[in-house]
Amino acid sequence: MSEHNEIDHVSGRSTTGHEWDGIKELNTPLPRWWVLTFYATIVWAIGYWVVYPAWPLVSGYTSGLFQYSTRASVATDLADLEKLRGQKMAVLGSASLADIEKEPALLALARARGKTVFADNCAPCHGSGGAGAKGYPNLNDDDWLWGGSLDQIMQTIQFGARSGHAKTHEGQMLAFGRDGVLKKDEIVTVANYVRSLSGLSTAPKFDAAAGKKIFTENCTSCHGDNGKGNQELGAPNLADRIWLYGSDEETLVETITNGRAGVMPAWVGRLDPLTVKALAVYVHSLGGGR
Amino acid sequence: MNKPVSPDDLITDEDGPLYAPRRKLYPQSVSGRFRSIKWRLMVLCLGVYYLLPFARWNRGLGAPDQAVLIDFPNHRFYFFFIELWPQEIYYFTGLLVLAALSLFLMNALGGRIWCGYLCPQTVWTDLFYAVERLVEGDRRAQIKADAGPMTAGRAGRRVLKHAIWLMIAWWTGGAWVLYFADAPTLVRDLATLQAPAIAYVWIGMLTASTYLLAGYMREQVCVYMCPWPRIQAALTDELALNVTYKYDRGEPRCSVKKAFDIRALGKNAGDCIDCNQCVAVCPTGIDIRDGAQLGCIQCGLCIDACDAVMTKVGRKTGLIGYDNDVNVQRRVAGKGEIFKPVRARTVVYAGLITAVCAMMVYALMSRTLLDVNVLHDRNPIAVRLSDGAIRNGYTLRFLNKRAFDRVIAIDVDGPADAKLHVIGVDAVTPDRPSIVLARDATTEARVLVMAPFDEKAEKSVPVTFRITDIGLGEVASATDHFVLP
Repeated sequence: MSEHNEIDHVSGRSTTGHEWDGIKELNTPLPRWWVLTFYATIVWAIGYWVVYPAWPLVSGYTSGLFQYSTRASVATDLADLEKLRGQKMAVLGSASLADIEKEPALLALARARGKTVFADNCAPCHGSGGAGAKGYPNLNDDDWLWGGSLDQIMQTIQFGARSGHAKTHEGQMLAFGRDGVLKKDEIVTVANYVRSLSGLSTAPKFDAAAGKKIFTENCTSCHGDNGKGNQELGAPNLADRIWLYGSDEETLVETITNGRAGVMPAWVGRLDPLTVKALAVYVHSLGGGR
Repeated sequence: MNKPVSPDDLITDEDGPLYAPRRKLYPQSVSGRFRSIKWRLMVLCLGVYYLLPFARWNRGLGAPDQAVLIDFPNHRFYFFFIELWPQEIYYFTGLLVLAALSLFLMNALGGRIWCGYLCPQTVWTDLFYAVERLVEGDRRAQIKADAGPMTAGRAGRRVLKHAIWLMIAWWTGGAWVLYFADAPTLVRDLATLQAPAIAYVWIGMLTASTYLLAGYMREQVCVYMCPWPRIQAALTDELALNVTYKYDRGEPRCSVKKAFDIRALGKNAGDCIDCNQCVAVCPTGIDIRDGAQLGCIQCGLCIDACDAVMTKVGRKTGLIGYDNDVNVQRRVAGKGEIFKPVRARTVVYAGLITAVCAMMVYALMSRTLLDVNVLHDRNPIAVRLSDGAIRNGYTLRFLNKRAFDRVIAIDVDGPADAKLHVIGVDAVTPDRPSIVLARDATTEARVLVMAPFDEKAEKSVPVTFRITDIGLGEVASATDHFVLP
């Protein structure tokens, strides 16, 4: 700006010399503190470029003297969390499953941990509250395919059912129809017989004696004489009110014809031992197990 | 001929400019009735603030023994015999309501009593002014020094003043953090640099705010920052007593000698001798003779200054005093003064204060020290068991606000033949499980209720969990629903 010293007579302040239609602009400089702060931010920015990642390059970026990375920071946080969790969970290591359930502090810890692990790993099949679905057992009830004690639940979580693991639960429902063991009408008869075990209604022309004969010859080896099931083999109790796949005749015929072999994966190696322990206690506490 | 327009005329209305750069004030020392009231209140307020964290109160083993403690890590607030949990925060709402109503009542009775005597801004500013006068001398000495060159002595005094100010400010911040942790321990930790960083941060922040607000911003806080002067002006009425210059008696102002001459002629001369002492002592730099105004915090120091002068010139004191415009008008009209502290406004405020106090005391006396909350399982809502019975799962959360552990028994009342099972509790007494509640804490339990399936039963029936303190007999209950699948 050129030399300019005009003083506005109204305000007594100098003007910038700009004039529009007789209106002049007062020279009102920015406050000194503002200008100094502004310069300080510029200095700050330069320092920031030097120490922090700032400028994009062709295949990368300037990483800065501090070598800061948000990804590394998250990894550190996660490692810290694991460490903290490990310290907290360590108390579960020395206690037995039964002790954990009896000691309120340990029970609360195991349930809290078990709940999150369940939501992350188990809920996709068993539902967020463990209510199950067709083919996926409800974990809140008192009917257990492979046993509902704390130890049995832990065993099942570790090695699964038909999971391919060396220690997994084995045993399956054979495909009596598909494999030609039973004929169609025999299957319908035995399906009605199975319904009668738990007091469900049967078809009008159902021959109970024939049904019992077919059942005794084909089914009792796994399901027992009275259809009470066998947890060693994962054979469900057919005389109770709980049905994994459904109790209507059509579903039973389908089950007997094609067999069933639901799979529960083995979690040993995927979840650490303390987590499995917490999970077992949590699942047991859902319905009190057996 | 054009009269030059001053910029002040453009932005000024009759109440003064919206904002003016601060001019430094040099309030003169003064003594008298109100000054001594202010000294005493200052000692009381600061004494309570600085020393209260060190008061002890025995609450039994394991509980903190600090009388007033805000324990954030453990979510507890202790005030002598009262212990509050976070969900009882509404007591603070009650306190805030009480504070507001008390402010209104003070305002209706005697104007800005809060501003003039009790507000922390006033108290600390008053203290800082006292330090300033002690170190740099009274009003005249300070004005003279500021006008003159910076000498070594003056610089030394200035450094000393700021040092004392900073010490007071630092002590203020230090006392603040003591309310949030065990005071003696924290003092030791602070001294040995073992205290948590957050304590130093807070002390730093409050040191800075005290130093700035009481040392530099002073009356600007009252004039520009504080909302209360504006609200106060809307809440007052014509009968409220305010620090008032009695212009009926004071005007026209003239010197003692001139007044003598005027009165000798049989004309009217006011009592105000225009000595400006009321202005000189004012901590906000106003002239009380301009009438009621936003800048006046009504500290009463001008009353003391004027009374001293009136005594000296042999006139009646009280030219400035607690008064109001109604009385000024009435005196002018030759009527008697009226003083009505009991009127609809004050009665309503006092009534509301009493009601809120009564509600709070009742709430405090009748609050429960044992409680239970229930949350029904969301998923699954109901479970069918192998024998056809129905089971519902619940989470119970027990609150034990007493300072000792206690044993409670749980009963359930709901569907016919309902059975209760608490996870983790042995079925020694299957129908009445009992668990231990840790002192001053909540305990959570997962509870299952089983009932035989009944075709004719309703889809949902109420279920009540009743807990009984086996030792004290205290009971509490919570109700939810038992749902069929």
